[in-house]
Amino acid sequence: MRRWWLIGLSVLALVLFPAPARAETGGEDIDIAGIIFDHIGDGYEWHITDWGDRRIAIPLPVIVHSSTGWHVFSSERLSHGGTYEGLKIATEDPHEGKIVEVATGQRPFDISITKNVLSLMMSGALLLLIVLLTARWYRRHDVLREAPTGIAALMEPLILMIHDMARENIGEADYRKYSPYLCMAFLFILLNNFMGIIPFFPGGANLTGNIAVTLVLALCTFFTVNLFGTKHYYKDIFAPDVPGFLKPIMPVIEVFSALMKPVSLTIRLFANMLAGHIMILCMVCIIFVMAKYGPLLLGSMSVVSVLFGVFLDALECLVAFIQAYVFTMLSSIYIGLSRMQGD
Amino acid sequence: MNLITPDSGLLFWMVIIFGLVFFLLAKFGFPVITSMVEKRNRTIEQSLSDAREIETRMAGMVREQERMLEEAKKEQSAILKEAAAMKARIVAEAEVKAREEAGKILSEARAQIAAEKESALRDVRKEVALLSVSVAEKILRRDLSEESAQKEYVDRLVDEAARLEVKS
Repeated sequence: MRRWWLIGLSVLALVLFPAPARAETGGEDIDIAGIIFDHIGDGYEWHITDWGDRRIAIPLPVIVHSSTGWHVFSSERLSHGGTYEGLKIATEDPHEGKIVEVATGQRPFDISITKNVLSLMMSGALLLLIVLLTARWYRRHDVLREAPTGIAALMEPLILMIHDMARENIGEADYRKYSPYLCMAFLFILLNNFMGIIPFFPGGANLTGNIAVTLVLALCTFFTVNLFGTKHYYKDIFAPDVPGFLKPIMPVIEVFSALMKPVSLTIRLFANMLAGHIMILCMVCIIFVMAKYGPLLLGSMSVVSVLFGVFLDALECLVAFIQAYVFTMLSSIYIGLSRMQGD
Repeated sequence: MNLITPDSGLLFWMVIIFGLVFFLLAKFGFPVITSMVEKRNRTIEQSLSDAREIETRMAGMVREQERMLEEAKKEQSAILKEAAAMKARIVAEAEVKAREEAGKILSEARAQIAAEKESALRDVRKEVALLSVSVAEKILRRDLSEESAQKEYVDRLVDEAARLEVKS
């Protein structure tokens, strides 16, 4: 009862004082797709916010190897369509938003520290810090006399969960060899998923929603599976025990399925995280879209979009964990299959 | 769409950073943690199995104790029985001995009595013989003064002697 009253009051406030909201959007159409792609995409600078007319962004180093050699400079020089050392940021396809050579329009070899790379470095450092601090706790304390406290108490259940999953899926014989990789993949994905949900500076870089990142993770699993497969695993692929007429078909199917596994891992994680981000951004954007339809609609839709935004954020927290878990579990199952011994 | 084309720069950095972090953590991070936790788990399992073993051993000890108690009771009753039997035997032996002793004493007494009697009889006989001799003297002194009487007496003696002869 009281809640509805509060909501009604806030709607009334928006109806009575619509002026500031109107003034900012100025009645013009806003570029929703632009906003969304700016948030989920990569960039040569880390755009934090706009303060009035001032754009607040962290310029990041550009490192490219073009036809004229190596170039290292701040991305500030390329902002607002600037050109520097024969390079510029393309404004139209096929390389929109990427650095191209002014003369040829070709992409140089580009290993710039972009927004995603910086975020990757920060989360890598954070992960390193967290796990090494946990390891330090275990080095410094007698594990037989003390229950874990602080960061060890936080990390132990997560690491143990993956460690036990590795034992279950890979088998007692050699799960210890693979457990660190699975723990690493799980914690890396989990950390970056959560960092992606945080909407302001240290987070907010849609890293696990980027196909390059998930592709590398999936390829790690792919190589782990296929480089250390047992004889039995390869026999199942190339000479399975099937009726004669299936013999020529099965290897094709099996090889295809082995190649599709990393693809499915890549797409699953990437698409889930990307979709989550887009949904939340859409919910937030509703408020700005509604500005031009008058105060009543704006006020009521703001309430709706905030409620849905909260709901989607909560859902994203769940998805962040589930996707990390699913990726790790599937990886461990694939590894387990490749470590199968002949019966 | 650049959303689904992996960017080479990010791929490059991802491989380097993920590889580096993984290398460091796989060397100094996760194995330390998991080995410690496994050590703890092993200790807990060991303690649990130890506790179970102690429990079974305790149960065995209780059984052993009961068995020993039972045995002691049995032994006690056996000892008591034996003691009772020994008592009975000792009493019986004492009785037999007492009876023997009594018999011996009685027979000794009897022999003594007999000897006493014999000697008494002998004394009496001696006395009687002396008496009879003195009586016979007196009678003889009186009766055998006459011839006829002497003759009669001799005859009678001869008769008697003859009768004794015939009889024997």
